[in-house]
Amino acid sequence: MTDSTFEQVRSVASDIFGVPANKITAASSPQTLENWDSIQHLSLVLALEEKFSLQLSPEEIEQMKSIGETAHLIESKLQAPPR
Amino acid sequence: MSDSISNPTSRDGNLASMRPEIDRLIAEAAFDLASRRLAALWRRDPASGTASFVISRLDQIRGKLALPKFKLAILRSFTVEPIVPLLRAEAFAYGIDLEVHVGDFNTYTQDVIDAQSSLYRFAPHAVVLAVRTDQAAPELWRDFADLSPEAAQQAAERAVRSAVHNYEQCIGAFRKHSQAALIVHSLEVPSAPSLGVLDSQSEAGQSGLIRQVNRELRRIAAEFRGVYTLDYDALIARHGSAHWHDERKWLMARLPIAANHLLDMAREWMRFIVPLSGRTAKVLVCDLDNTLWGGVIGEDGMTGIKISPEYPGAAYQALQRVLLDLSRKGILLALCSKNNLDDAMEAIEKHPGMLVRAKTFAAVRINWTDKAQNLREIAQELNVGIDSLAFLDDNPFEREQVRAALPEITVIELSKNPMEYALAVRNCAVFERLTLSTEDQQRTAMYAEQKQRASAEQTFQSKEDFFRYLEQEADLDPVTDLTLARVAQLTQKTSQFNLTTRRYTEPQIAEMATKPEWNIFSIKVRDRFGDHGLVGVAITHDEGERCEVDTFLLSCRVIGRTVETAFLSHLAESAAHRGRTQLFGWFLPTRKNAPARDFYEQHGFARQETNETGSRWTLDLGSSTLRSPAWIKLRVTEPIAEGKN
Repeated sequence: MTDSTFEQVRSVASDIFGVPANKITAASSPQTLENWDSIQHLSLVLALEEKFSLQLSPEEIEQMKSIGETAHLIESKLQAPPR
Repeated sequence: MSDSISNPTSRDGNLASMRPEIDRLIAEAAFDLASRRLAALWRRDPASGTASFVISRLDQIRGKLALPKFKLAILRSFTVEPIVPLLRAEAFAYGIDLEVHVGDFNTYTQDVIDAQSSLYRFAPHAVVLAVRTDQAAPELWRDFADLSPEAAQQAAERAVRSAVHNYEQCIGAFRKHSQAALIVHSLEVPSAPSLGVLDSQSEAGQSGLIRQVNRELRRIAAEFRGVYTLDYDALIARHGSAHWHDERKWLMARLPIAANHLLDMAREWMRFIVPLSGRTAKVLVCDLDNTLWGGVIGEDGMTGIKISPEYPGAAYQALQRVLLDLSRKGILLALCSKNNLDDAMEAIEKHPGMLVRAKTFAAVRINWTDKAQNLREIAQELNVGIDSLAFLDDNPFEREQVRAALPEITVIELSKNPMEYALAVRNCAVFERLTLSTEDQQRTAMYAEQKQRASAEQTFQSKEDFFRYLEQEADLDPVTDLTLARVAQLTQKTSQFNLTTRRYTEPQIAEMATKPEWNIFSIKVRDRFGDHGLVGVAITHDEGERCEVDTFLLSCRVIGRTVETAFLSHLAESAAHRGRTQLFGWFLPTRKNAPARDFYEQHGFARQETNETGSRWTLDLGSSTLRSPAWIKLRVTEPIAEGKN
């Protein structure tokens, strides 16, 4: 995973969850971030779709269990050939 | 030109550093500056993440900023929660502190019918009714194919009637309980109708029937004051149905709108919220070179500048057409350009491609002075506040300078592509109007007459001679159905000669007019130069022996010619006629109403008390010598006695 994708995902998550970026790690998850509830999860999905100009499927949204996994997912979608 | 604007790399760098900078400004208690940087951040990167950041910081400093508050309730049949931060950030960029209440899914009918519902407890200024076709008319949407062919026509007609009936019930019930504005989404037609191309062969197809509901909805909205239709189908069409919708989010989270169009939904709502909250611009001040025409008149000359029906001049004609449209809505146009006056005026008056001419502009500043200074002068000349100006200039450097010097002004962002200028101005919510009065449509001509008055005034030795020469006539009328919209509009936007600055909506005025102890007067003024139209409102409230002046306001363009004295003396006479012995009123000072400060004192009122909100003044009607000036011809319509007493 490139640093820049992780950094960008982290900065979006920082805005959405209202937590300073340096407090967010790859392991951050709904269990460790207080504001990461189901509504904010949807907001995170929408913000990432908007930022990276892509669409996430219900299955992919299920996979977003931590910031690290989310960044991996975005990274793989960015590298995949366009549909 | 500064690097931060022209160089994209440094701009992105800038963007990343803006968040810590804003937090530092907040920590240093530099709230105004922090607020300006927040707005700048939003302008540069209007995305969901940014919205959350802007809102969280705004919540920290809102108590320190004097932003007007506006309460919006959204009743809905779909998920709107992710749109709310975008909407609040966008409102903040327009200088509005927006509070949002979201109703439960599909409970809008109960919410509007139940006078005790959370909707009414929230006491909104405006309510959006955002209901999709699948909910408002299910038989015309997904279930259309289920209608049996034999009974199809009857069933379809029943579905239309039922949808229309529901709207009628909802809107009627809402008006019974609330005087807030109501913005109703019209229904979208399906992008893939169940019968394919056959659907569009008849008015009784799925799309035809849904459009029929929409026509009825517009009719119902027009029957109520302060109820407006948002053309949701046209909004989708503007962005493309295939792009607007996100079927997966709809099925998963009841969110029908794709991530990158959530902001467009928020912006469409702002086109109603901005005029409802009074944050509109009254004047658009335009640059010339590379804004109203292509090229630089001082260098390229009459034959070199680009303004014609063909490319590239067509882009500038398209913008000029927008200016003419704004002018028809009562928005004044002004020019502010760094140029030699003669060069510029020759092009404006003589170039065959120009659609706007000198007479289209109410004020002109073509010189080499700093633009901020020129803008201040234009505001003064036209008698409007600086915050009533919008500024259009292709040069980002000028825009930044104006923004820094006059933060209250609306600066319109333009891309580098002139083909996009026209739409950028059309999409600017500060030019939206929800009603249009005769005065709005004639405003440009009125300002031309105003210039003639000012030059005539110079030729007279005494004020009184000038007043006699003016031959002023005033009509004093109780408010009627025909003048109600204009009366409410004046209470909402008059800031300078306004003694109490109480803002009223149309339904509020209509409600007041039904009560016998309240009297609502309007004044129309004309003189030898032309017709000012309806320019003043007074509202009085009888209480025992006394009559209180609740509202007294006049448009600035008639002030200083004794019309205000005639109007006040009419209130006194009318109160005495109803048997009151005392007239009293408050002067409530604001940042803008200094011109009205000495009004009561100058007319023989005595100050009774002063507190932190203002001062109270009374006039004893028995001993008062207040009279209307002899040189104003008054025509008084007595209130209709019916319903009074």
